[in-house]
Amino acid sequence: MMASSYNAKEEDGHHSGASSHGAAGAVKSKKPDNTAFKQQRLPAWQPILTAGTVLPAFFVIGLIFIPIGIGLFVSSNNIKEFQIDYTGVDISSPCYSCAKNFSWNSTTPCVCYVPFTLNQSFESNVFMYYGLSNFYQNHRRYVKSRDDSQLNGDRSALTNPSKECEPYRTSDGLPIAPCGAIANSLFNDTLELYHIDSNGTSNPIPLAKKGIAWWTDKHVKFRNPGGNNNLSVAFHGTNKPVNWRNPVYELDPSDPENNGFINEDFIVWMRTAALPTFRKLYRIIQKKPNTTPTLPSGKYLLTITYNYPVLSFDGRKRMILSTISWMGGKNPFLGIAYITVGSICFFLGVVLLIIHHKYDTRNNSADIPN
Amino acid sequence: MGLVASFFGQLCGKEKKPEEERHLRANDRSFNLTYQYANNAIKTSKYNILTFLPRNLFEQFQRLANAYFLFLMILQVIPQVSSLSWFTTAVPLMFVLSITAVKDANDDINRHKSDNQVNNRIVNVLVDGKLKNEKWMNVQVGDIIKLENNQFVTADLLLLSSSEPLNLVYVETAELDGETNLKVKQALTVTGEMGDNIDALAGFNGEVRCEPPNNRLDKFTGTLSLNGQTAALDNDKVLLRGCTLRNTEWCFGLVIFGGPDTKLMQNSGKTTFKRTSIDHLMNVLVLCIFGFLASMCTFLAIGNAIWESREGSMFVAFLPLEKGVDSSLSSFLSFWSYIIVLNTLVPISLYVSVEIIRLGNSFFIDWDRKMYYPKSDTPAQARTTTLNEELGQIKYIFSDKTGTLTQNIMTFNKCSISGKAYGELFDFTGHRVEITEKTEKVDFSWNQLADPKFVFHDHRLLETVKEGNPDAQAFFRLLALCHTVMPDEKKEGELYYQAQSPDEGALVTAARNFGFVFRSRTPESITVVEMGKQVIYELLAVLDFNNVRKRMSVIVRSPEGKLTLFCKGADTIIFERLHPSCKKLVEVTNTHLSDYAGEGLRTLALAYKDLDESFMDEWKQRHHEASTALVEREEKLDELYEEIEKDLLLLGATAVEDKLQDGVPQTIEQLAKADIKIWVLTGDKQETAENIGYSCNMLREEMKEIFIVAANTAEGVKEELQNARRKMSSSSADKPSVIKARAGLFWLQKTETVQDEEVDGEYGLVINGHSLAFALEKDLQLELLRTACMCQTVICCRVTPLQKAQVVQLVKKYKQAVTLAIGDGANDVSMIKAAHIGVGISGQEGMQAVLSSDFSFAQFRYLQRLLLVHGRWSYLRMCKFLQYFFYKNFTFTFVHFWYAFFCGFSAQTVYDEWFITLYNLMYTALPVLGLSIFDQDVNDRWSFQYPQLYTPGQLNQYFSKKAFVRCMMKSCYSSLILFFIPWAAMHDTVRDDGKDIADYQSFALLAQTCLLIVMSIQLSLDTHYWTAVNQFFVWGSLAGYFAITFTMYSNGMFLIFTSAFPFIGTARNSLNQPNVWLTIFLTSLLCILPVVAFRFILIQLRPTINDKVRHKMRKEALPAPTKPVRVKRISTRRSGYAFSHSQGYGDLVTSRKFLLKIPVRTRPALFTETDSPLAQNQPQHYRTITEEPEGSQSP
Repeated sequence: MMASSYNAKEEDGHHSGASSHGAAGAVKSKKPDNTAFKQQRLPAWQPILTAGTVLPAFFVIGLIFIPIGIGLFVSSNNIKEFQIDYTGVDISSPCYSCAKNFSWNSTTPCVCYVPFTLNQSFESNVFMYYGLSNFYQNHRRYVKSRDDSQLNGDRSALTNPSKECEPYRTSDGLPIAPCGAIANSLFNDTLELYHIDSNGTSNPIPLAKKGIAWWTDKHVKFRNPGGNNNLSVAFHGTNKPVNWRNPVYELDPSDPENNGFINEDFIVWMRTAALPTFRKLYRIIQKKPNTTPTLPSGKYLLTITYNYPVLSFDGRKRMILSTISWMGGKNPFLGIAYITVGSICFFLGVVLLIIHHKYDTRNNSADIPN
Repeated sequence: MGLVASFFGQLCGKEKKPEEERHLRANDRSFNLTYQYANNAIKTSKYNILTFLPRNLFEQFQRLANAYFLFLMILQVIPQVSSLSWFTTAVPLMFVLSITAVKDANDDINRHKSDNQVNNRIVNVLVDGKLKNEKWMNVQVGDIIKLENNQFVTADLLLLSSSEPLNLVYVETAELDGETNLKVKQALTVTGEMGDNIDALAGFNGEVRCEPPNNRLDKFTGTLSLNGQTAALDNDKVLLRGCTLRNTEWCFGLVIFGGPDTKLMQNSGKTTFKRTSIDHLMNVLVLCIFGFLASMCTFLAIGNAIWESREGSMFVAFLPLEKGVDSSLSSFLSFWSYIIVLNTLVPISLYVSVEIIRLGNSFFIDWDRKMYYPKSDTPAQARTTTLNEELGQIKYIFSDKTGTLTQNIMTFNKCSISGKAYGELFDFTGHRVEITEKTEKVDFSWNQLADPKFVFHDHRLLETVKEGNPDAQAFFRLLALCHTVMPDEKKEGELYYQAQSPDEGALVTAARNFGFVFRSRTPESITVVEMGKQVIYELLAVLDFNNVRKRMSVIVRSPEGKLTLFCKGADTIIFERLHPSCKKLVEVTNTHLSDYAGEGLRTLALAYKDLDESFMDEWKQRHHEASTALVEREEKLDELYEEIEKDLLLLGATAVEDKLQDGVPQTIEQLAKADIKIWVLTGDKQETAENIGYSCNMLREEMKEIFIVAANTAEGVKEELQNARRKMSSSSADKPSVIKARAGLFWLQKTETVQDEEVDGEYGLVINGHSLAFALEKDLQLELLRTACMCQTVICCRVTPLQKAQVVQLVKKYKQAVTLAIGDGANDVSMIKAAHIGVGISGQEGMQAVLSSDFSFAQFRYLQRLLLVHGRWSYLRMCKFLQYFFYKNFTFTFVHFWYAFFCGFSAQTVYDEWFITLYNLMYTALPVLGLSIFDQDVNDRWSFQYPQLYTPGQLNQYFSKKAFVRCMMKSCYSSLILFFIPWAAMHDTVRDDGKDIADYQSFALLAQTCLLIVMSIQLSLDTHYWTAVNQFFVWGSLAGYFAITFTMYSNGMFLIFTSAFPFIGTARNSLNQPNVWLTIFLTSLLCILPVVAFRFILIQLRPTINDKVRHKMRKEALPAPTKPVRVKRISTRRSGYAFSHSQGYGDLVTSRKFLLKIPVRTRPALFTETDSPLAQNQPQHYRTITEEPEGSQSP
């Protein structure tokens, strides 16, 4: 105790003998500067974990998390979602024959029809997704197998795609546009939806195919090679990807704004998924101007032009209809997680409170051994 | 490094065939040039502008870490393996290399500067018969140069002639071999005759043949041929570069070795490289990490093989295998790909950051005003910037005494003259008055020859002397006559004394100020100015001091012809030889002596005796016979001395204070509270050392017992040590409990640790030099160690420099504890180098200790600040840094591991490549640096208040292998949260406009944002001391992350560098989603919550000392500083001796014989300059001194 204060006197730098010496300024003193930084005296906030801060924090977090979780859970539950697996694994499945008889070379498309019933009506905009399972869009070799310059309309990349695209870089001596494994494996099933009236007639449901890609992708990342309005000329000298039936400039011949590299189905596909099970937006069913539900409950028919083989690698294909909320699609996880974490916090808070009450006397600093 | 240098040397063809004999001719440059000897220019720099880049890069890649990253970079170029772009490694590597290169370049520029400064020093060279000023670097072998007093010796010279009689030259060799005493060199008579005759010197054409350049400082062989005659040359005739000429007006020398060939340069470059225990631990950990990395990659490679055979082979329709790659090759390739992806486990920035932190903490030491000593304008200095955290783990301190604990300033404090005590002040009521700086001093201005620095407070003494009190006058006359001090009077009235021991200097100076000025001496006379009147005494005999006699006497004849013997010596010895008539006086003097001893003063008794002429004649005759006797000369002389030194009349006693440095007792107490054991290793005598031990509070009255080991045989020492041990702990086993373990890289290093033993109560141990020599032998080592470690205080006296190092090594070897050696003199160099940390006191004994130390400051008391504040903080910061750093990188990397299960073990990264590149380099670099440079758990004053805060460091509690494993577990948990919460929240979900968000890029962004936020919060939790800089770094880094991310993902960047920034738009599109933020929030909370809860529970249940003090600090203000209580000294009588070191040199100052022959080499210690101002010239600091052969055992 006694010695701790020793240094205060001289060592604080106010040595009587030296101060006059330093003040003379003739000799440059080596005395270090008296700045808070150099003397490590910077003003600082020194928080410590006390019961006064930790316990309320736990309770407050618990109190905040539980309502959020309930909110999330409720809104997730309000989302209507309908899934249908049309892979055709079972013999009973309408697409069984298409799946079985698939061949890359077949020229006649195989069409299958999947009827289904919606028990609830879907309000507001309904989004139609296709979902793939066990499809490794996130495999390293797959992810890098593309040429962003080419997709951005760079002419030199168009004719000379990046090496990353191998083995889908050239075919028959011509560069492939768009090159790479991702583009090559473009999902090419065509899904159509019919509403079946009570009297049995099927009415096609209008499916919007634009507005499904990110704005930035559509307008910045993907561009057709410039210089020519005629896409077939612009893509002259390139070959179509080996798996494709049509060249890239015939993806949507009806709409030049949705053709070539800026075809939105293509753009959506090119945004590779993070996980081997994923869904991608396929079409949007706009809500009707009047109050009638977008998809009233009832019978529907899904018509599939079955082009995309997934059985070979044990993959699955799904069609998903879903509404959305402020927090996106249906995903009860966040809600449940928030409720759980909130409860745990509350519980921990109680436990800590008990511990604190029982043992805090020990922390009384009087007993620091000296 | 040397290897590299020689390698490059060979490349450049510099290597020439080794010289076998050196042959040179004086004054004949053209002859000497034919041999192409190196000239006197030196080069310690490593690079020049052209060689810098290749050489520096080559050196840097020799470091394991850099080589590793180079290897990674090469891996990344292989397309099949490359899982990351080249820049992820290249950018950090380049950054690290360039930082190191800048540092190296800066160091080398400094070396260039210092080389230039030394090379451009001016010296007088004899050219064409004239003395010319020449730069050092232009001096050639064979040149004759003239040196003047206090000049550095330019090159290795053959001494030709000097100003002093007998062609003697005095040199100080402190810079060369660390010995501070002056050494004598003598020229050959043949050359000495030339004197300073320039013509003779210019015509001198002697030829020298000698050994080739080597590094032996104590040996030189060669011959000088002159006019057909040949003379042998030995080490006594050679002045070596690095010495300084002292007490010699001028001398001439012939250059034999120049520049790089000089023994000084041949000796340099052998610095031992100290590494801290954290360094060792870090190496071990990095090795473990490598192993861990390899096993993780193997696991993932196997996973890859399985995946490829089960899934990948089916998936070929959409993802064909590369040509010639089957699943086993693919798994092999994925092993290397994962090596690249997971390389962040061994972060490249670890080593750089550690260096930066240490540098920062070193600067704080340099900048600390509380370790700045205004009187000598010396700030503390961290000379080694790589050892800081070790300062927080010191367990043993080995301290020198003289100059370290004490100031090595002796002051004449008190005296007792014929029963009357002087030196204390009393007020009118008769109470003792404390003497402070303000107390009025005695005015000595009447005495023109008085030393102005001498301070005395008791006026009565001067009055008594002035009154002409015969006893008082005799008292000071004795002090003025009976000594072996050499005077040095450069200018009239400016006297300097060169005393062998500072005590003697103090006594003679006291006599000088009280009017008995010792002015000059010749072998047979002493000139004294007595009260302004010059008196010349004839010096008849000096009965010299030695350890047995413990006294010295002179016999002088006054101008009146009166013969007197003056004697001073240890009180016990003198009292035995007093005339019975002094009995009463002895009693009074004895009480005074007891008082003095009780105050820790060194005492001497003074006595005299008048002799009659006839007795003297006869005695002198016998003395002459005895001193020329061939057998038993010493014994005969001793007998004679004994005969004449009896029936003395007591004059009084002196008390000299061996001044402790300021604050020493308090510092020692503080360090003891911090559980640091202090051992004093001193060359002093046992009594002196004990005295100091008491006065600086190391030995205390309340100690149960103080053991003194002073046996002269190995058995005796063993017995005494064992007895002491049994007394301390009766249950102590005979055999020490030694724990054998393995440590170090690859666990190759065997360690033996002797366990501490329980002792109740405090004990002290004093061991003298003889016993120590026995105790340090193999079979007694452990005995010594066990006993010594049980004692609170250990004092070793009469220790040689080598023994100091041995003691340090003993503790180092068997205690596995961090040691610190502190000293100021050349004799401490060995121990400073042996200990983990060497601290040099930039004090009076020259710069040798400082030059070989790791830290230096001016006062011993700064040690407590260095250890308890800077050391503790450095250790704390380093540990926090390492824990956090490993946590941050493990967490970062483990996420990849989890992701492997979802991406077919394809070595796909979770994060954007740019994030991987910048994570360590930018996003987390500054906050963690801020933490590890500024953090303090409690401030310096609280650190002093509770020195026990220091103990966790000694026990390695803040960072160890255990902590590392804990770190890994925590990372594992965090990475699980960081991967699976986003995974669960994102899979199958969509944006609020129905579009995609579960895509790879959005997921990467989400994962990396979560990671960074979690890391920032974790850092904030670890930060105890939030300065504005910390805030700025943390918030700045987060803001920087978002700014950089948005920039990199912007349209512009994509359009300019399309392939480098494919993440365009990801930030905009996913960070505006509420569920993304909700996920981030949830993830952060789940990572942090358990940490907070766990820490809180720990604080509640098992608070550490830090927690307690922090808690207290929050509640209470620091108690006001209490006045330091004056340390009470105990009054057990311990008399000291004025003569501290070796035998005196009485015969040197008297014996005519001495002057007629070549100086006897058995007395190497001649004069020690005590009063000389510090050498004003810059020392040549590029060099290091020779090392003691390590591990050599002295019997």
